Amino acid sequence: MAIQFIVNGKPQSVDVPANMPLLWVLRDTLGMTGTKFGCGMALCGACTVHIDGEATRSCITPVSSVAGKKITTIEGLSPDRSHPVQRAWIEVDVPQCGYCQSGQIMSASALLAQKPKPSDSDIDDAMKGNICRCGTYQRIRQAVHRAAELQKASAQPSRPKDTEDALDRQPVEVGGAA
Amino acid sequence: MSAGTMTGIDRRGFLKTGMAGAASLIVGFYLPGRIEALAAAPAGAAPASLNAWMLISPDDSVKIMIDKSEMGQGILTALCMIAAEELDCDWKKIHTEFAPAAKEYFNPAFGMQGTGGSSSVRSSWDPMRKAGAAARDMLLQAAATQWKVDKSACRTENGVIFHDATKRKLTYGSVASAAAMLPVPQDVPLKDPKQYRIVGKPTKRLDTPDKVNGRAEFGIDVRRPEMLYAVVARCPVFGGKAVSFDATKAKAVPGVKNVVEISRGIAVVADNTWSAMQGRRALEVKWEEGSNASASSESISKLFADQMSKTGAEARKEGDAASALNGAAQKIDAVYEAPYLAHATMEPINCTADVRADRVDVWAPTQFQTMAQGTAAKICGLKPENAFIHTTYLGGGFGRKAGTDFVIEAVETSKAIGKPVKLTWSREDDMQHDYYRPASYAKLAAGIGPDGWPVAWTTRIACSSIMEAWFPGSTKNNLDPTSVEGVANLPYSIPNIQVDYVRTEPGIPVGFWRSVGASQNGFFSECFMDELAAAGKKDPYEFRRHLLDKAPRLHGVLELAAQKAGWDKPMPAGRYRGIAVLEAFQSYAAQVVEISVDRKARSVKVHRVVCAVDVGRVVNPANIVMQSESAIVYGLSSALYGEISIAKGRVEQTNFNNYQVLRMDAMPVIETYIVPSEEKPTGSGELAVPPLVPALCNAIFAATGKRIRRLPIRAEDLA
Repeated sequence: MAIQFIVNGKPQSVDVPANMPLLWVLRDTLGMTGTKFGCGMALCGACTVHIDGEATRSCITPVSSVAGKKITTIEGLSPDRSHPVQRAWIEVDVPQCGYCQSGQIMSASALLAQKPKPSDSDIDDAMKGNICRCGTYQRIRQAVHRAAELQKASAQPSRPKDTEDALDRQPVEVGGAA
Repeated sequence: MSAGTMTGIDRRGFLKTGMAGAASLIVGFYLPGRIEALAAAPAGAAPASLNAWMLISPDDSVKIMIDKSEMGQGILTALCMIAAEELDCDWKKIHTEFAPAAKEYFNPAFGMQGTGGSSSVRSSWDPMRKAGAAARDMLLQAAATQWKVDKSACRTENGVIFHDATKRKLTYGSVASAAAMLPVPQDVPLKDPKQYRIVGKPTKRLDTPDKVNGRAEFGIDVRRPEMLYAVVARCPVFGGKAVSFDATKAKAVPGVKNVVEISRGIAVVADNTWSAMQGRRALEVKWEEGSNASASSESISKLFADQMSKTGAEARKEGDAASALNGAAQKIDAVYEAPYLAHATMEPINCTADVRADRVDVWAPTQFQTMAQGTAAKICGLKPENAFIHTTYLGGGFGRKAGTDFVIEAVETSKAIGKPVKLTWSREDDMQHDYYRPASYAKLAAGIGPDGWPVAWTTRIACSSIMEAWFPGSTKNNLDPTSVEGVANLPYSIPNIQVDYVRTEPGIPVGFWRSVGASQNGFFSECFMDELAAAGKKDPYEFRRHLLDKAPRLHGVLELAAQKAGWDKPMPAGRYRGIAVLEAFQSYAAQVVEISVDRKARSVKVHRVVCAVDVGRVVNPANIVMQSESAIVYGLSSALYGEISIAKGRVEQTNFNNYQVLRMDAMPVIETYIVPSEEKPTGSGELAVPPLVPALCNAIFAATGKRIRRLPIRAEDLA
């Protein structure tokens, strides 16, 4: 029986087993591979998506449970990498291998939606479910704080820094103790 | 990418076609959209001076072929920086493509195409600079010819050629096709490093934008027309085999299409990954567990301990350590043990294969393209040049993805069912069927003179040989250098040193794990050095500094780390620190780790890690900092949690609940400092792993007075 829900603003109807996790529906059925498989047990956070705005591990979420709901994946966070978290991630140059970063970004964006100015311990609580084997945690922390600033500034009438700037690839001085 | 259309055209013919047909500068043999032709070219036909890394299009875009695997270590950006420095192109117009498997891309460190051993920058530094310089020279010549002026009167800047005398200019793209007609010049002078405008500047990663919106394609994301999805049931005991299987229940699972036996187990094929996993759960297999069925961590530890009375293969011998030990004023000895470790890359193991009658295509997050190519070709009975390896981004590698096990499984399954197949490993598969960092056992002894300085050092190591497992027959005199690195190269001025190795094979598969032998031997040697310092009543930093008088680069990083950490100032109450310094892969690192220990809660908190590195001339300082952070976290995970234990011949750990890794809430502050150097550039991907574990354990000793000689650190160690 077809199950219907909305992904990134687009209505979807899938005919798959009811207990199939949303992760595999997104990746294999709908071909949206930005959401990653990491553990299958909600232990690593790589599969994090937003369901009705809440950060959720899609690897243990049966597709039947999202019928009628609104899902946002990394592909739908913004059309042009302009979400404050994406801009901050680019500015701080967070990713290394990048595999966990879809999940990190989805967890961070859900955090900032609820807590616009998170403390370090808020960040620990919200992000400790997301494993990064490349060890980008220090930069993630820095980028979440930066995203909070960008989000606050975006709420103002004029945006201080457009995406083109954030994507500027000229060699530039970066933070760090080098 | 169109497939194989150039197959059968010989290199000369292709070169002609390429030059006549392409409005692009081709350095080496390259035609846009026909990259397979490289792999199809007769092996050995290319002169060594040719290269195949740069493509300049009429729209001024510059494509750099990336012949190393990008697994997070930042090599994609580093290679572009090296190339762009000499090519003098516009950094904003660079884009990249992962190179196919081809002889042109062999890594001289391995004699094949591959990424590992922190060799990428080291091995690409010269060829990439020469390729850039040659291409720039050809562009200059093409412009000079068009202007009818001498090449020496022209200059380049940021992708534009100028003739200042007549105020004329041409972009690279506009002369690219003319340049492509020119012979490739040899021995073009390289830039004076003082002129560098890219190399040495902290530079943002080129792959970041595609890694924040889900666009970067990892192996696990590959999708091919008519592709099916496979998982494989493998014998839980290493070395075991399937005797028989009953697929009735598996085939009854909705979505399951096929169940086939392959050399490494039983493949369940379905129209999606989830159904394949469900099918595998329903599959009934009778396994013959084989000779390892009774192996346990305890039996393996005992096996290693039993080797300690043997004399091993000599790895280092200076002076007469045995006599010096006997005559020493003070003698100390210790046994150290390190466990098996899984790599646990965030991207689980996977591979996509499409086997056809005349060719096989493999999409894989592989670190070793040549091995993947040879493996795929052999299974299909094809020549290597008809095996096309499409390297994707790797969601972590750490040595794990050097393996060909996933290529074998995907290719055999595709061959068996006659369709393209994506093979995916679950996390449990990954934990239980890895090529583990070898468990290792070491007996160390040292003699200390009346003045407190060491006079003798001996180490005997027992562990599996990685090199013999991967490249049988490659070691000499039973000595695997990877089994002793990190202690055989002990850098300290100690007059009598003896290190030997007893190869011992408990039957557990082993492989290259980030920093390889130095990951465990660094723990042994730098913790034991700390024991010597304490026995000689010396400060652990001053002790090392004094004994590094013949190792200036280690001396340099040690001093820098100590200085930045404020070693000369006392620690605040409740805080303790430890120090360690090691060479790995011709690079040098020292770390100071600051901790506090809650002895009631039996827990340790790492507050700060100060890391100093010397990697020769730095290509991308920003990346050196990132790699140091990354390696420190990798080391911390191993020290605090990392253990693969064996019971009944199988791995006990299954997922991140019982193979824990560092998370955000345990993350210390990491500071990285780089020693300026004009030595040849070396690698940084693994460098900062080895010092972390001993520096942490030495800090715990400072806090508790207890030595940690067995990893991981356990609650009872902190009581």
